[in-house]
Amino acid sequence: MIPQPGYDLKVISIQINGEAEQYEAPLTVGDLMQRKNLTGKRVAVERNGEIVPRSRFDAQPLTDGDKLEIVVAVGGG
Amino acid sequence: MSNDNLIIAGKSYNSRLLVGTGKYKDFAETQAAVESSGAEIITIAIRRSNIGQNPNEPNLLDILPPSKYTLLPNTAGCYTADDAVRTLRLARELLDGHSLVKLEVLGDPQSLYPNVGETIAAAKTLVAEGFQVMVYTSDDPIAAKQLEDIGCVAIMPLASLIGSGMGILNPWNLQLIMERVQVPVLVDAGVGTASDAAIAMELGCDGVLMNTAIAAAQKPVLMASAMKKAVEAGREAYLAGRMPRKLYTASPSSPTQGMIAKL
Repeated sequence: MIPQPGYDLKVISIQINGEAEQYEAPLTVGDLMQRKNLTGKRVAVERNGEIVPRSRFDAQPLTDGDKLEIVVAVGGG
Repeated sequence: MSNDNLIIAGKSYNSRLLVGTGKYKDFAETQAAVESSGAEIITIAIRRSNIGQNPNEPNLLDILPPSKYTLLPNTAGCYTADDAVRTLRLARELLDGHSLVKLEVLGDPQSLYPNVGETIAAAKTLVAEGFQVMVYTSDDPIAAKQLEDIGCVAIMPLASLIGSGMGILNPWNLQLIMERVQVPVLVDAGVGTASDAAIAMELGCDGVLMNTAIAAAQKPVLMASAMKKAVEAGREAYLAGRMPRKLYTASPSSPTQGMIAKL
């Protein structure tokens, strides 16, 4: 999401897999995936306890205090 | 034995051996062991991604593609119904809507014994959300029946503690479960070597799920092959129907007539 002229840029803090990280808003889940080089990777995302479907990554804005879980498949029994 | 398939949630499988994918030294060994086991259903775990560390590191799903295997995401490490449900919702999203899952809710980290109360709570939620739940549980026949009544598609009692390799410690309880439950019953956890898997199958279990028994063997790929044969042998022995045990009574295998005369 490209900030529009006059848009009030602000820094938001997001918990990603338990670690606090700061970003400039506005930011979508899709933007974050791009920053993390996760675009197109097999990951699943939960935001504040709710699944964010891959198809909605670009439409889902992140707000201050959001808690994200980004998971992958690993070996397990 | 082509007409003796394992049916889970309406889908047919040739192999009655289900294997986990944890504890291998690398992906190549995981892949070779899974291949050697002949398993069609393989369990995977869901964990936080190591963001940014190495984006090009291979993904488990690249070496074990969902197009080739039925992946069974688990809830290993979850101690509450809520965590288990969230984990499986993430799994369903990760696997493009795939609904067959393995539910396990653990009680404590020392025994990894199932917390049946939380397991039942999670099963209710998951079934209501359309998941097909294969459930790891204790070998309690009452709990097993409750989980079937909730709508679980397979009941998977432990044979002994997860990763213990102690084998089938209570065959009587497994039989009590199989008498009460209509859906497939699979031994999950505790198998240590091939004979344990064979015993589970001879008891009439519909399948066996194991991980450590293969992954922690000296030669995992060879053990995977042994387990494949043990499950097949045990199944055939069960279907063949073993001879009755005769305590204190021997019975010669060779004819008693026509012996040569004493000189």
